[in-house]
Amino acid sequence: MPPVLELRGVSKQYPGHHAVDNVSLKLESGGFYSLLGPSGCGKTTTLRMIGGFEQPSTGEVLLDGSPVNALKPYQRNVCTVFQNYALFPHLTAQRNVEFGLRERGIRDAAERARRALDLVQLTSKHDSMPAQLSGGEKQRVALARSLVLEPRLLLLDEPLAALDPKLRKQMRAELKSMQRKSGITFLFVTHDQEEALSLSDRLAVMNAGRIEQFGTPEDVYLRPASAFVAGFLGAINWFGSAGVRPESTRLSEDAPETSLRARGAVESVLFLGNCVHVNVKLESGERAIAEVARDRRAPAEGENVWLHWHPADELRFE
Amino acid sequence: MKLRTLFLLPARIWMAIFFAAPLAIVCAYSFLTRGDYGGVERPWSIESYTRLIDPLYAGILWRSLWIAALATALCVLLGFPLALFISRAGKRRNLYLQLVLLPFWTSFLVRTYAWLFILRDTGLINTALTGMHLIRKPLPLLYNDGAVLLGLVYNFLPFFVLPMYAALERLDPAVLEAAADLGARPMAIVWKVIIPVSAPGMAAGAVLVFIPCLGAFLTPDLLGGGKSVMLGNLIQNQFTTARDWPFGSAASIALMLASALLLAWVMRTRIAKEFL
Repeated sequence: MPPVLELRGVSKQYPGHHAVDNVSLKLESGGFYSLLGPSGCGKTTTLRMIGGFEQPSTGEVLLDGSPVNALKPYQRNVCTVFQNYALFPHLTAQRNVEFGLRERGIRDAAERARRALDLVQLTSKHDSMPAQLSGGEKQRVALARSLVLEPRLLLLDEPLAALDPKLRKQMRAELKSMQRKSGITFLFVTHDQEEALSLSDRLAVMNAGRIEQFGTPEDVYLRPASAFVAGFLGAINWFGSAGVRPESTRLSEDAPETSLRARGAVESVLFLGNCVHVNVKLESGERAIAEVARDRRAPAEGENVWLHWHPADELRFE
Repeated sequence: MKLRTLFLLPARIWMAIFFAAPLAIVCAYSFLTRGDYGGVERPWSIESYTRLIDPLYAGILWRSLWIAALATALCVLLGFPLALFISRAGKRRNLYLQLVLLPFWTSFLVRTYAWLFILRDTGLINTALTGMHLIRKPLPLLYNDGAVLLGLVYNFLPFFVLPMYAALERLDPAVLEAAADLGARPMAIVWKVIIPVSAPGMAAGAVLVFIPCLGAFLTPDLLGGGKSVMLGNLIQNQFTTARDWPFGSAASIALMLASALLLAWVMRTRIAKEFL
């Protein structure tokens, strides 16, 4: 079976810069995928080319094995959940969800829309106008509006970015369960590494228009393909050419019996609730963070300490 | 004196002298009796208002409403696509908006006279068509309802385009993309999303065209000749040739009330809340 989505050498050039530079990607049916990268890395442009809102300058977009470059958004079996939801302001939640069904001439549109709204727990909000809904509720209407069409692929453009942190975590869990229940392939665009790691089956890390790495969350976090990926997916300490994650960086007052060590002075100690971050200024002048358990006695500021690590925790790049 | 009161004072004085006072005078005149050589005399009476009920005047009112409505409909038909085009024109928006406003650089009267020269029997169109031997007799382009309608639409189109443009410009492009994404074709997007969402702007523009059209007198006078009498002409005539100031005043008040009622109705709908 051909992949749900395939990008073959897709590029998008604007006058003066390459927004997307020769991106190739294959997504298998039923997975939860993410495009992760800093703002301006080309992830939204990539999503818009898949949705049909932008034309690639070169390269091909294939859905279920057929090229769709020439197809308009309304001809593609792909739906998008937009960043600011883009609900129709003049229609009730129910009518918003019915919109796509009616465009497709589906007879029991009202009934299906009602069920979709129940599914996203908006049973009592069917007749509310978008302006009367909270951010999370709008988000759910936007999701229901897309999911009810049962697209082959659902594109989500930073859908959680506008929500407050607590709600964001809750919606994250709901997104994942909705993806599993519906079996629809999700392609989720985000700049939040925690979101991408926790949600995705596989994620593509983008930088400057290119995909730097495509793999499982474990792959990209534990075996990053580049210094950029390592640095973008969480903090990293650089000891010469070796990178070590703060949680793999050990702290001791006495000199450890290993050559993989560095000496420095404690600059600050940050209590983060679930752990403590000790910021150390190394003798080389570099700065490093050691993540230590809360119950361990934290060193005082200005105290001299040793940092050391296990060879297996070293990340090295060309 | 509060700063707020002080700042509002000039506008208040202006409105009192140039709006409230003349209106009060017109209102008072409408309840007086006509003088032999124009002007007004006592006694007080409501005769001018009872005369308004005459079928002749009801006919003129009906005609005025009809022509104003037709002109408004034409402005909507022409102005909506134009405003939509301008709102989606990217960097050239401002240029196009300037072009819409360009006619205001010359006087209303001069522009209306210009139409006279274009439409009359020996005018631009008829001369060109006879010159090309396409017609033998000049086409009757002037001094009819069609000419009045043309003049009204020409003069008031910008008043529709500007609020319409403002409403379309505020439309979130993502909402239109969402409609396309959900399967709506371009025409369906126009009907089901763009028009309903921008309806308040459309209504505001329509009111701005309809009300001045209803009271127009210069355009029907110049382009309609004596034949095409609208409410505005009736009022003008009472103050000039007919020398019946009380009746002219009563008709003015009636026209103003009709306009005010229409506005009040519009203001009560969501148009006012969202747009004005």
